[in-house]
Amino acid sequence: MSIQRNDWSLQRKGIIDQERHKDRVKEAIRKNLGSIVSNEAIILSDGKRTVKVPIKALDEYKFRFDYQKAKHVGQGDGKTRVGDVIGRETRPGSGTGSGQAGQDPGADYYEAEVNIDEIAALIFEDLQLPYLQEKAKKAVQSRKTQFNEIRRTGVIANLDKRRMILENIRRNAREGNPRFGDIKKEDLRFKTWEEVMRYESNAVVIAMIDVSGSMGEFKKYVARSFYFWMVRFLRTKYDNVDIVFISHHTEAKEVSEEQFFTQGESGGTVVSSAYQLALDVIKQRYRPSDWNIYPFHFSDGDNYYSDNEEAVKLADELITTCNLFGYGEIGEEGSSSYRRSSGALLSIFNDRLQNKDRFVGVRIDDKEDVYPALKQFFGKRGVETPA
Amino acid sequence: MEDREIKELETAVEQIWEVAQRFGLDPYPTNFEIVPATVMYEVGSYALPGRYSHWTFGKAYHRMKTMYDFGLSRIYEVVINTNPSYGFLLETNSPVQNKMVIAHVLGHVDFFKNNTYFSKTNRRMVESVSTHAQRMMEYEFKHGRKTVERFLDSVLAIEEHIDPYFFIKREISPAEERRRHELRPKEGRYEDLWSLDKTQNAAKEEAEAADETPHERLPEKDLLFYIMKNSPILAPWQRDVIAMIHEEMEYFVPQMQTKIMNEGWASVWHARIMRELDLTDSEHIEFANLHSGVVSPQKGQLNPYYLGYKIFEDIERRWNEPSQEDREKFGRTGNQGREKMFEVRELENDVSFLRNYLTEELCEELDLFVFELVEDEEWTITEKRWQKVRDQLVANMTNFGFPYLQIEDGDYNGNRELFMKHRYEGTELDMRYCRKALEHVHTLWGRPVHLETVIDEETTVLHYNGEQHQED
Repeated sequence: MSIQRNDWSLQRKGIIDQERHKDRVKEAIRKNLGSIVSNEAIILSDGKRTVKVPIKALDEYKFRFDYQKAKHVGQGDGKTRVGDVIGRETRPGSGTGSGQAGQDPGADYYEAEVNIDEIAALIFEDLQLPYLQEKAKKAVQSRKTQFNEIRRTGVIANLDKRRMILENIRRNAREGNPRFGDIKKEDLRFKTWEEVMRYESNAVVIAMIDVSGSMGEFKKYVARSFYFWMVRFLRTKYDNVDIVFISHHTEAKEVSEEQFFTQGESGGTVVSSAYQLALDVIKQRYRPSDWNIYPFHFSDGDNYYSDNEEAVKLADELITTCNLFGYGEIGEEGSSSYRRSSGALLSIFNDRLQNKDRFVGVRIDDKEDVYPALKQFFGKRGVETPA
Repeated sequence: MEDREIKELETAVEQIWEVAQRFGLDPYPTNFEIVPATVMYEVGSYALPGRYSHWTFGKAYHRMKTMYDFGLSRIYEVVINTNPSYGFLLETNSPVQNKMVIAHVLGHVDFFKNNTYFSKTNRRMVESVSTHAQRMMEYEFKHGRKTVERFLDSVLAIEEHIDPYFFIKREISPAEERRRHELRPKEGRYEDLWSLDKTQNAAKEEAEAADETPHERLPEKDLLFYIMKNSPILAPWQRDVIAMIHEEMEYFVPQMQTKIMNEGWASVWHARIMRELDLTDSEHIEFANLHSGVVSPQKGQLNPYYLGYKIFEDIERRWNEPSQEDREKFGRTGNQGREKMFEVRELENDVSFLRNYLTEELCEELDLFVFELVEDEEWTITEKRWQKVRDQLVANMTNFGFPYLQIEDGDYNGNRELFMKHRYEGTELDMRYCRKALEHVHTLWGRPVHLETVIDEETTVLHYNGEQHQED
C-alpha cells in the first residue's frame, strides 16, 4: 500500500492518439471535400472561423442492436405509469443544417466542426495558377519584414511586453516571491526582425459573372461559391495578385468585390460585353508582357444568339493574350447535361474556339461540381519557365 | 499537492485499509497514484495504461477531456485490476474526495480478487498490454501505420464477440463435447449454474482431451478466435494482432459482465468505510453530498452504481431480518446478511445478480419501467410489471449488451465463405451498422460473408461479397 506521485509530464499517449483521430477526421473531410466546398455554412460564414458541416461519420462500426427498435429499462421518480411519454424522438434531419442529412436515410452524416482555414488548406493543397510565367520586366522584389527573434536588447518600441511580464514573474519566483512588479533591466525582452526578400511574378485574375435574369438562385450560388474559394485561394497563396471584378448582363461594368458577390440584376445576356471590357482593362492596366492574366467567366450560357459570333471572337482574343481562360457554365440544379448539345455557349466554345489549349470549359449542374471545377481551373499543369 | 497532504493521505490509506479488513474485505495490495487530469483521462480512455495506439482511444480521450474541461463530467476513480492493484487519484481532489475514492477502489479490488468470473483473469495485464503495444508498433514500422490501423479497425469491429468461457472449452474432444451436449438441458433460466459446473470439470476434461487433436467446433461464438484460426487470407502478423486483441478482451469481459455488481459493491463499502472514519462535521457534509451524487437515480436512465448499491443493501436486509415466509420456505435464520452479501459478490454476475435478487419491492421502490419507441416518435413507458421489467433488464444485459452472433459454417457454399448467425431474441440489429460491420468481417475473412438475422420479424440473410450488399 502506498501513495505515489510521479512526474507524468512526459506522458503523451492520449495526445498522440488524439492526433491520429484528427488525421482520420481530416481524411474524412478530404473525401467529402466535394460537398464541403459548396456547403452554405462555409460560403455564408461571414468571417466565422469554424462552421459545422455534415461529413460522413467516423463511427466505430459494430454489430449492435437497433436502439429505436429495442426495449429499454429506465427509472422514474416514483410516480410513473404505463403510457407516460418520457421522451420524443427528433426526426432525422429536422435539426439545423441544410436538411440534406435527413433526405438521404442511407447515408450517415455527422455534423463535424471544421475550421475554414484548415478546409481551405486542404482544398488549396493541389491548386495553383497554371501556366504562370516569370515576367522578367516587372518581377518585383518584395521585401518582407518578419519578427522572428527575441533578444535581451533592442529598440524600446519593439518591447515584447508579454514576455517581459513572464520573465519578471519568473525571476521574482526564483527569488522566492512569485508576483509581478519591480521590473529590472534583465526582465526586458525585445522583438527583432529579419528582412526576407521574395521574388514574385505579377498576376491578375479577371472574375466575370453573368447577373442576367436567367441566373437564378442556384446558379448565382454556384458561381458565388466558386469565386469565394477562388478569391480566398489567390489571397492565401499569392501575395501579389490583383483581382478585377466584372459583372454583366447586356452590358458589363467593373464592380467592387462586395457588389460582385451581392448584387442581383435582371435583363438579357450579352457575353461579349464582358469580354470586351476585360480586354479593355488588360490594355489599359495589365500589359501582357508584364502580367500573368487569368480571366474567368461564369454564366448559364444563355447568350443572345446574335452575340455568339462576337463572343467567340473575343474569347479567342482573350486566350491569346492571357495565360488561361476559364469558362464555367452552370445548368439548372440537378439537371443532366442535356443542354450540352444545344445552343449554349460552352458547346459553341468547344466547337469554334481557335486556341483551345489555354481554354478550360466546365459544366456545373450540381453544387458538388464546384470542387472539381476548381481543380480543373487551378490544377497543376504547365509550369513554364521563360524561354 | 504538498508533501504534508500526501503524508495525510498515507495515513488515511492505512486507516481505510484497516477498516476494510475489519469489514471482511479482502483486496489485493493497492498502490495509489496521484495524477493530473490529463493522465486520469488517458488511463480512463484506454482502460489500461500502456495499451497499443489507435485513433479510437484518441477519440475517447478527446471526448472525456473536453467534458472535463467544460466541467460537464469528471471521473473520480480509475482502478486497474492487477496484483498489486492500482488506483488513480485526481490531483485536484479534496481530501474527502480522495478518501472516498480510496475506499471505493478497495471495494472494486476486493471484487476483482474474489468474484469467480475474474478467477482466470491475468493479473499482470499491464505488462501484457505493454508487450502488445510494443509488437503493434513493430508491425506499424514494418507494414505501415495505415495498414495496421485499417486492420485494427476491422478487428475492433468484432472485438466483443469472444467467448467468455474461452479458457474452458478449447481443448475438449468431440466425444466429450457430444456427451456434454446430451447432458445439457436446453437453454433455461439457470443456464449460468451449468457454467459453474463446467469450471470445476475443466481440469479433468483437459486431461482427458490431451491426447486428441483440437478441432473446429461449430457453431462457434468466438468470432475473433475462429477467424484468427481459419481465415483464408490473413498474414501471420495479422493473426497475431487478433490474438492480442483477443487476450485483451478476455481480460475486459469479466468487467463487462459485472458492471452493476462491481459498482454497487464498491459503493456499499465506500459508504460504510467512510462512516467509520473520523471526519469533521464539514467533511461529513461534503462526503454526504458526494455519495448522494454517486448513488442517485438519474431520471429516465439507469444508474448502475445506484441499482447495484440498492440490491446489495436489500440482500443484507432480507437475510438479516428474513420474513416469516423466508424462514419457513428457505430456513433462513436471520443475521446472515453480511455472509450472504459476500457469497453473492463471489458467485454472481450481472445477469444472475439481477435475475436472483431484483425483487418486486425493489422494482417498485426504484420505480423501474420498460420503455420503447411508439410510432417512431414517442418514447413511452409500456411495462411496469416487475417480472417483465426484470426480465427485460436481464435480456439487455445478456452477452453484455451485444447481439449474440455465432459462426455456423466456414466453408459455406463449399467455397470457404463465412456464414454467421445472429441468435435473435426479440431485438433487431441496427442495419446500417450491421452492414458496415459485415464489411469489416469481410476484410478479415477475404471471401464472401453472410449473416442470418431477423428483419421485420422475418428471417433474412445479409450477404456481402466485397463489393456489394444483398439480402434475401
